[in-house]
Amino acid sequence: MPNEMLDKYRLTASADQLCLQFAGDWRFQDGLPEAEPLLQQLRSHPAGRLSFDSQNLGKWDTGLMTFLVQLLAECSERKIPVDQSGLPGGVQKLLSLAHAVPERQGARRKVLGMPILTKIGNITIEMHRNWSDLLYFIGQIFFGLLNLLRGRARFRYSDLLYQIECAGPMALAIITLISTLVGMILAFVGAVQLRLFGAQIFIADLVGLGMAREMGAMMTAIIMAGRTGAAYAAQLGTMQVNEEIDAFKTMGISPIEFLVLPRLLALSLTMPLLCLYADFMGIFGGAVVSATMLDISFFQYYQQVQSAVPLKHFIIGVIKACIFGVLVATAGCFRGMQCGRSASAVGFAATKAVVTSIVLIIVADAIVTIACQILGV
Amino acid sequence: MKTTPHLDVRNLTMAYGDTVIQENLTFEVQHGEVFVIMGGSGCGKSTLLRHLVGLMHPADGTILVDGIDLWKASMEERNRIISHSGVLYQSGALWSSLTLAENIELPLAEYTELTPKQIDEVISYKLSLVGLAGFEDYYPSEISGGMQKRAGLARAMALDPDILFFDEPSAGLDPVSARLLDDLILELRDSLDTTVVIVSHELASIFTVGDNSIFLDPDQKTIIASGPPKQLLDSCKDERVRKFLTRAA
Ligand SMILES: Nc1ncnc2c1ncn2[C@@H]1O[C@H](COP(=O)(O)OP(=O)(O)OP(=O)(O)O)[C@@H](O)[C@H]1O
Ligand SMILES: [Mg+2]
Repeated sequence: MPNEMLDKYRLTASADQLCLQFAGDWRFQDGLPEAEPLLQQLRSHPAGRLSFDSQNLGKWDTGLMTFLVQLLAECSERKIPVDQSGLPGGVQKLLSLAHAVPERQGARRKVLGMPILTKIGNITIEMHRNWSDLLYFIGQIFFGLLNLLRGRARFRYSDLLYQIECAGPMALAIITLISTLVGMILAFVGAVQLRLFGAQIFIADLVGLGMAREMGAMMTAIIMAGRTGAAYAAQLGTMQVNEEIDAFKTMGISPIEFLVLPRLLALSLTMPLLCLYADFMGIFGGAVVSATMLDISFFQYYQQVQSAVPLKHFIIGVIKACIFGVLVATAGCFRGMQCGRSASAVGFAATKAVVTSIVLIIVADAIVTIACQILGV
Repeated sequence: MKTTPHLDVRNLTMAYGDTVIQENLTFEVQHGEVFVIMGGSGCGKSTLLRHLVGLMHPADGTILVDGIDLWKASMEERNRIISHSGVLYQSGALWSSLTLAENIELPLAEYTELTPKQIDEVISYKLSLVGLAGFEDYYPSEISGGMQKRAGLARAMALDPDILFFDEPSAGLDPVSARLLDDLILELRDSLDTTVVIVSHELASIFTVGDNSIFLDPDQKTIIASGPPKQLLDSCKDERVRKFLTRAA
């Protein structure tokens, strides 16, 4: 500790009197003396009355106050009587203000590290709760849909239209870009191999089948998970933070019907359309590559696709897109409704929504593929 | 006695885009006084505060802090002035991902040379000043609205700033806490010579702490009365000001 700090106070002892003299400025911007040495000095003296002398005290602020608070706490613990009259009037008043509201019993928390077993247990309980929450949420959606069918669901059709606009037309640009590129990539990869056999024309089969059955729906779903699912989670999460969801509940309006249903319907309606659009854009991308790299004319390519990709593949793709749409909307809304009450919780909700959606999309895709295999379609 | 006023506002016009909120505001806030901004809901008090702390650019006119124009000052000067002021926002604006202790610690760690132990002491002292002793490790979402307000107050006071801006500090507080808050404001003024600018609707508090005040009107869009609140109550002829200060319907 620098020497000047030591000069800031001096403890003098006489008979049963202790006197603490302050000197110089006590401002915490300039640094403060540690309280510990003084507390030790106090402990070494027999308990006597403590008084203060602040004649040489310069400018002071919170720095002096925190020092005094520690000192007084020590004194009251050791039952040393304190005479505050030697302190400046303002200091005395601020001290009494600091003690005006006594600490609430049991408010203070002990921050302890958790043992690993407790952590594992907590995570397990958390996962279990997540699943039962999800089931409950799905149940609520189901009842919401029933109400909708009976014409009793309370939501605004303008909301539905707005959500459709957000999830449909406004997503077209990104879908166009991504699916055209995916189609071109498929064609590129295939072109190199097929040229070896002189089977260039089959590039149309590859791109057509790949897009219609698999990539169209999958790419659309992943784009929509990152774009719209995350947005749903963030919107509902922020409403949760601002207690807007609670306000719906206390008004007797079901947030599921008012907020979740329009989003769910919007995404389930737009996803199949977006998927079809993506299929065609992908096939078009393949055509461009075929025309430039393999000298296959657009007309040849078109005819080949038509004969190689029967309608059922498009239908399977569209069905998948429907399923993915429901999954993405459900995951997004669920994470949003589950959100905590802080800004970082909204971030978590959005992240979890995207992760959950993508996991669900891949798992669902695997299940549908196996089902098709078994059914022979 | 310093001669330059702490805040010197000249012909200030405030606007959001093309919508003018208030125009031609001229007033001074002296060092070490408690200055109250009054006016009906929505007349632009919070907006004025945002201008005074340098968050919003004036549509017209100037604001001098200790004789320096925030918008013409160098980056260093601006930072120095801003670090010497503390703000309590109307909604608390605590950082939700940090505990109360961390909320107060951030400016202390940034701007002072204190050791971690000393910072802890400052934090618990500040929290006890606003009646939140023991709540160091709570997150803002885990405490009540009034407690959030008081925690915001403790954060605003963290660095013992020269000037404090409070936006409705007593909204959401019980009468006893509101009273303690008034005592605290007066103590800050008397002991630490802090300038305090308060937006308040709380009549009792306005008369207790206010050294000077202005009254904004949403229709006329300017200051319709100014002076010490008690004096306004005794002698102001304006109907709107009288109604406000006497709670007449
Ligand atoms: N971000 C914004 N964009 C446009 N106008 C705004 C914005 N924020 C506030 N306003 C308008 O400015 C006016 C003043 O708002 P301000 O928040 O300053 O009111 P106030 O006097 O603090 O009210 P209160 O006492 O209710 O807090 C209001 O009429 C409001 O509509
Ligand atoms: Mg306001």
